[in-house]
Amino acid sequence: MTDITKEAISPPRSFLSQDAIQVFYRLLAALLICAVLAVLSDSFLSLGNVLNVLRQASLTFFIASGLTLVVLTAGLDLSVGANVALSACLAGTVIHQTGSPVLGILTALVVGGVVGLLNGVMVTALRIPSFIATYGMLWVLNGLTYWYMAGDTIHGFPAGFRQIGSGYLFGLPIPVYLLLIFLAIGTLFAQRSIWGQEIYAIGANPIAARLSGIPVARRLLLVYAVSGTMAGLASIIFLSRLNSAEADIGESLTLPAIAAVLIGGTSLFGGVGTVFGTFVGALILTLVLNGMNLLSVSANWQPLVTGVIVILAVWLDMQTRRRSQ
Amino acid sequence: MEEADTPLLELRGISKEFPGVKALDEVSFAVFPGEVHMLLGENGAGKSSLMKVLCGAYRADAGEFYYKGEKVTISSTTEAQKLGIAVIFQEFSLVPHLDIAQNIFLGREPKGRIPGTIDRRRILADAKRVLDTIGFDIDPSITVDKLGVAQQQMVEIAKAISQNARILVMDEPTAALSDRETELLFALIARLKADGVAIVYISHRMAEVFALGDRITVLRDGRRIDGVRPADVTPDQLVRMMVGRTVDMTYPRNFADKPGEVLLSVKGLTSPTGISDIDIEVRQGEIVGLCGLVGSGRSEVARAIFGADPLTGGEIIFDGKTISGEPDVAARRGIALIPESRKSEGLALLRSVGDNLVVSALRKLFPSGLFDPRRAQRTSDSLIRQLRIATPSARQTVGLLSGGNQQKVVIGKWLAAGAKLFIFDEPTRGIDIGAKSEIFALIDRLVAEGAAALMISSEQVEICHVCDRAYVMREGRIAGHLARNELTEENIVRLGMHHA
Repeated sequence: MTDITKEAISPPRSFLSQDAIQVFYRLLAALLICAVLAVLSDSFLSLGNVLNVLRQASLTFFIASGLTLVVLTAGLDLSVGANVALSACLAGTVIHQTGSPVLGILTALVVGGVVGLLNGVMVTALRIPSFIATYGMLWVLNGLTYWYMAGDTIHGFPAGFRQIGSGYLFGLPIPVYLLLIFLAIGTLFAQRSIWGQEIYAIGANPIAARLSGIPVARRLLLVYAVSGTMAGLASIIFLSRLNSAEADIGESLTLPAIAAVLIGGTSLFGGVGTVFGTFVGALILTLVLNGMNLLSVSANWQPLVTGVIVILAVWLDMQTRRRSQ
Repeated sequence: MEEADTPLLELRGISKEFPGVKALDEVSFAVFPGEVHMLLGENGAGKSSLMKVLCGAYRADAGEFYYKGEKVTISSTTEAQKLGIAVIFQEFSLVPHLDIAQNIFLGREPKGRIPGTIDRRRILADAKRVLDTIGFDIDPSITVDKLGVAQQQMVEIAKAISQNARILVMDEPTAALSDRETELLFALIARLKADGVAIVYISHRMAEVFALGDRITVLRDGRRIDGVRPADVTPDQLVRMMVGRTVDMTYPRNFADKPGEVLLSVKGLTSPTGISDIDIEVRQGEIVGLCGLVGSGRSEVARAIFGADPLTGGEIIFDGKTISGEPDVAARRGIALIPESRKSEGLALLRSVGDNLVVSALRKLFPSGLFDPRRAQRTSDSLIRQLRIATPSARQTVGLLSGGNQQKVVIGKWLAAGAKLFIFDEPTRGIDIGAKSEIFALIDRLVAEGAAALMISSEQVEICHVCDRAYVMREGRIAGHLARNELTEENIVRLGMHHA
């Protein structure tokens, strides 16, 4: 009897209730940060700043969204930043040589995807722990990019291409539209496709997943390939926004992306987390860093604050989960 | 000189209870210096528990120990060691990358002149002397990972002797040895006996029991059934003492008059996990037992059929077609594996009951690839009702359910997937009696509806009670087949034991 009443008042039952609660707390935290910043700084709520925060968050989100899937399988992809750099430099060259942004975009996606696939092969066929495989890949990609660029900068792209990263549509930056599109795709993939369900199952217990008939190796290949492809996509936005490509553009990207995933509530042990959470994580990270800029706090403090937020978020998660069990 | 009429160690009324199981029930026995005391019993008879009590790993709930007639306590491994009790387990406790000498004197190394160093010359000389006393001629500076199983066992024994062990407990020491190595071990045992060491020897090989034993104690259901001398019994009498476990039989089984079509046909199956030339056939409507001692290769056969372990030979024909590949292929074709360790291999413990119930049926329930949470919810709700899984809702974390209900979830996920052959590996392990009957009733219903089951169980009574027929394994091979009318505990034990 009580069950029936409970069902009547609770929202449509999904299997992700615990995740929903986590995301809800994060959205509250993001709103709280906004409120504090609005009080402390006059310029925070200006349209320009809000759009800037969203655009900034979207750049982190593209890399972090693919990474979220990897982390859901209890893996890690440390090569995403280096992948962005290589993809951007090769795509930039293709655009310069052919004059075709479309070919450039395809190049970035293919290069990113192939790198991801290679990560996947190392993890599945060669059984190298993902942390080590992708860490090695990071160095390999950096090496390739530095060798290929030899200190050069590729600069100046067609105006149409530059619109992707810096243009506006109906008053909103184009990356924000891309953010919404990929947030929707990512959420649908993780929550509403059977592959997504299988990825959660693999992360929760890979042995049981295999003995439940899930093709674990194929799903892992897919996940690493998606992570690489998302890095390729991010490289296009960077290329277009910076209007230049250099070998070192990826170096400061990987750790913030991991931070967004962790702040977003995805567990490094796998099986727990959401793509939407990662979006909120990217938002929280960007808001805090933006707020520090507005309040003229020295940029030297940013890494420390990022670290504290990551530790705090993960610790709070562990507390709420422990209590719920 | 020890007197031969006072036992070196005597146990009186040793009991040990675990939640729901009485592992040892007032077991008494004595070992005398210079004798080999054989411990005999089926899987789960209490041999391992007794061994752990002897070496101080378990603390007995009740009972007394007497060492040379004086009352002592064994409440820790240190105390057991002081009494000179050493156990040679089947899994050795050697450190692979250290050399033989370091392993023998682990934690008791002679100190070098510089603090923190080992006196190399002395440790090697000491090791050499110990190895000589057991007649093992080997360079003590060789690292253990370069040694074979038999040699590692010798090092274990040397280690025990170096600790002045007077009572040596050996758990199936010949299980992994060749004939030649076995002979060497027996020679060593004779030597130790002559030195007055008492040996407690656990064995499943009848030939050894009669060749080595001076005295035999038979355990069953945690109780000492009898103590005899080899000259006074026959192997058949021993088997009869071991079987006859009493288990509450409340589950029904409706035997079919005629089994259906052949569903699974395994021919010459061989796998690097240690099974070879396995031939098995399972028909629709049948429950086929797969028995044998623990370690005889039963689980390995199950895993090989399911594609979880690689094959090096043989063929698996399921539903008329050959099958090969990973478990996802087997699962899609309609084979289900309900693994022995359901917590680590059967379930994602932190996920919900619902998530676990649909995980194998995703492709079947959602052929479009789009996951519909409501449909999944309906499916799991109906399974929860059908299997009477005791859970507040499908959202409950599966790790919080009882063992029996967790097992129902594992079975349920294969019901949802529409499996045709269910391979059960110890389906009732760690499950209370009520849930056991329910699970057997469920298996019975499944096969009555045209599915088939291959059931591994160490509970021979269960096999005899529910199976249409059974295969018995021994040392990685099928030792024999028992039809319904031959299916008795005695026959199973007889086929499963080593007679050679």
